[in-house]
Amino acid sequence: MSVNFALALALGDDALIAAQRLAEWSTRAPEMEEDIALSNIALDQLGAARLLLSYAGELEGAGRDEDALAYLRDDREFRNCLLVELPNGDFAVTMAKLLVLAAYQVPLYTALAGCPDERLAAVGAKARKESAYHLDHAALWVKRLGDGTEESHRRMQAGVDQIWPYADELFAAWPDAPVDPATLRPDFDDTVTAVLAEATLTVPEVGWTPAGGRDGVHTEHLSYLLAEMQVLHRAHPGARW
Amino acid sequence: MYGNDFPGEDPPGGLLGEVEAAEAALRAAAARDRGAAEPGGDLAAYFAEVVDADQKIEPRDWMPEAYRRTLIRQIAQHAHSEIIGMQPEGNWISRAPSLKRKAILLAKVQDEAGHGLYLYAAAETLGVSRDELVDLLLSGRQKYSSIFNYPTLSWADVGAIGWLVDGAAIVNQVPLCRCSYGPYARAMIRVCKEESFHQRQGYEILHTLAHGTPAQKAMAQDSVDRWWYPSLAMFGPPDGDSTHSAQSMAWKIKRFSNDELRQRFVDMCVGQAEALGLRIPDPELRWNDERQAYDFTEPDYDELMRVIKGNGPCNRQRMEHRRRAHSEGAWVREAAAAYAAKRAVKEKEKVAA
Repeated sequence: MSVNFALALALGDDALIAAQRLAEWSTRAPEMEEDIALSNIALDQLGAARLLLSYAGELEGAGRDEDALAYLRDDREFRNCLLVELPNGDFAVTMAKLLVLAAYQVPLYTALAGCPDERLAAVGAKARKESAYHLDHAALWVKRLGDGTEESHRRMQAGVDQIWPYADELFAAWPDAPVDPATLRPDFDDTVTAVLAEATLTVPEVGWTPAGGRDGVHTEHLSYLLAEMQVLHRAHPGARW
Repeated sequence: MYGNDFPGEDPPGGLLGEVEAAEAALRAAAARDRGAAEPGGDLAAYFAEVVDADQKIEPRDWMPEAYRRTLIRQIAQHAHSEIIGMQPEGNWISRAPSLKRKAILLAKVQDEAGHGLYLYAAAETLGVSRDELVDLLLSGRQKYSSIFNYPTLSWADVGAIGWLVDGAAIVNQVPLCRCSYGPYARAMIRVCKEESFHQRQGYEILHTLAHGTPAQKAMAQDSVDRWWYPSLAMFGPPDGDSTHSAQSMAWKIKRFSNDELRQRFVDMCVGQAEALGLRIPDPELRWNDERQAYDFTEPDYDELMRVIKGNGPCNRQRMEHRRRAHSEGAWVREAAAAYAAKRAVKEKEKVAA
């Protein structure tokens, strides 16, 4: 299987699972404006997922479209990073997740926009602008919460502490891919440390660095997420919607 | 937002034309000279003149206190309905059966949050704050549309809500595009345009199901069976029992009676149901040549009263969900306020330095 297929699948899965989690906030956000903003970000991720999964299906050449890939694979066949499948937690955890994801996706999509594969380059060119907004949005909230009240500071630090170990997996070396994520790490570190500093938060010590998502070995959470996402589609094999 | 993502058939008898006509009338009214009230003149007479001339009352104008209160109540209830109405459909976002449907539904629920926001903003022009209105909702002192107290039990319910519930809402709201209060009329024009997309996507979901597998068709029919009468009840009690109607008609807040609008909705739906290949669950439904309208069975108004009083299938669940989101978000809103206050102090220090 081509490396471009593997990359499109991995990034498509990242975006799809991120969208599914973000959409859980619909009707539950702390403010009505934030409900709208989180849905926007979920829609952006879902849009990128659809482009990437459709392209992965074409590269694979086995007749699988975006829905076959999204609804008819089991968790061991998903290639998303662990970060995106983690439960939303409170709003601070969600913002920590979004900060890490966006600070990774901005340089990733920017690099992808310049890669030789035209379809991947087109996705990168479109998605990097959206990711830049996601990064702004997450950074603003991390600062507000970090430098807000005592309670919000405590929750935001706890959120960053909980999420930080999962950042490492995003930058595992993939030398033959159109974009090697290992090359994006310095950019990510600069962005995130600047935001955390302004938010009066501490960058956690790195000790435990869980991984396995890119090989299909996930946390316990993914199978539940997929069970819910896929239940209706799978109950009606072959139906059109 | 939806683009042309779902190229299926349009429901016949769309109401977009009426919305556009209302928008043109609103522009024409604004262009006509509307003399200002004379200083020291008769304000009530001036108010009546503006309403009679189909001009718009604006926030700066004098208005009867009861007119203001009626509008606040109605616009707030409308805003609350948009916000609570996100829940029944939001229930299916995580399980939408294709990625395209997931994207459309997520965008639709997001639109409803947007409608809620601009309706709260329209209410705020009458001198009440959004926070006060949200409190009135959460404490149960203001209501939202009873239809949202019914559960969404299948994917087809997302279609039925779009077709029937949004359809009924549009029939109700198109005349409000000509309401005498300017900010409400303008908000309704924008809302109606988006709602017509919503109705279309619901119709298209049902159309796909009705032409799908036998299980999908059964799902669609079951959904129409459950949503038909609650949708008819959305127009409120029969004219004889409606408490607010006469005064609202005189003020041109309301322009048609509950029963007139209900009839219009039934007449619109019959042809659409035929095009869908689904049955409206009413054995008495038939064309009446004399009236040039369909005869139909009235919804169960006792049931409507029970749901309004708080005893529908999901009243408790909907309110609990809203209250929980509000209370769990309190620390976030407090943090945002504290952060903004700190920033303001820093800015001041910068200016002083």
